[in-house]
Amino acid sequence: MLSIKREDIEIVLEHARDENPREACGILAGNDGVVEKVYRMKNKDLSSVTYLMDSMEQFAVMKEMKEKGLDLVGIYHSHTSSVAYPSATDIERAFYPEASYLIVSLSNKEPQIRSFRIKDGKVEEEEMRIL
Amino acid sequence: MGVKVRIPTPLQRLTEGKEEVEASPGTIIELIGDLEKRFPGIGERISESGKIRRFVNIYLNEQDIRFLNNEETLVKDGDEVSIIPAIAGGDNRNV
Repeated sequence: MLSIKREDIEIVLEHARDENPREACGILAGNDGVVEKVYRMKNKDLSSVTYLMDSMEQFAVMKEMKEKGLDLVGIYHSHTSSVAYPSATDIERAFYPEASYLIVSLSNKEPQIRSFRIKDGKVEEEEMRIL
Repeated sequence: MGVKVRIPTPLQRLTEGKEEVEASPGTIIELIGDLEKRFPGIGERISESGKIRRFVNIYLNEQDIRFLNNEETLVKDGDEVSIIPAIAGGDNRNV
């Protein structure tokens, strides 16, 4: 289960809208499945169909998280024209089985947001608790 | 003294659950060969035909080796190498 504050959901949605039509991506930092801080990250691919975090920015954020005692609770990204469900690319490039994968879809008028675990190529949706 | 190598969670099942292992100094690709000898299977998860995989980031101290000398980057005694998977994905219908 992923627990996240409404204002953090707003940050993620705003990021997705800001980047549209490119995909937005970021890190959800916290402890025990509870998000404490959202990091908006650059999408190095600058693409509407893929995302890749900048390696140096990723390293710097992970270092800061370690110093603050925060774990990688989740990874978020947006789908600009498809549903909020992991694509084949998402599954192939999911290297963090311990993290939640939060996907925002902007394909409809109302954004859709769902959370998943991706482990050994298998996708499982998980409950989201809005705090 | 050796080189400290940080192993990411998904690869720790190959290092008997160890988050950090020691390796010998040399180039990055030699260091991966050294790890492969002790932890069979780890080499192909990190590299393919002598090249680091696209979605694996390797840092020497705090620098991405892509900005240094890639696989030929020299690692010295006392250095710290971090292997960290990239964070990537996307809606692939058109890729």
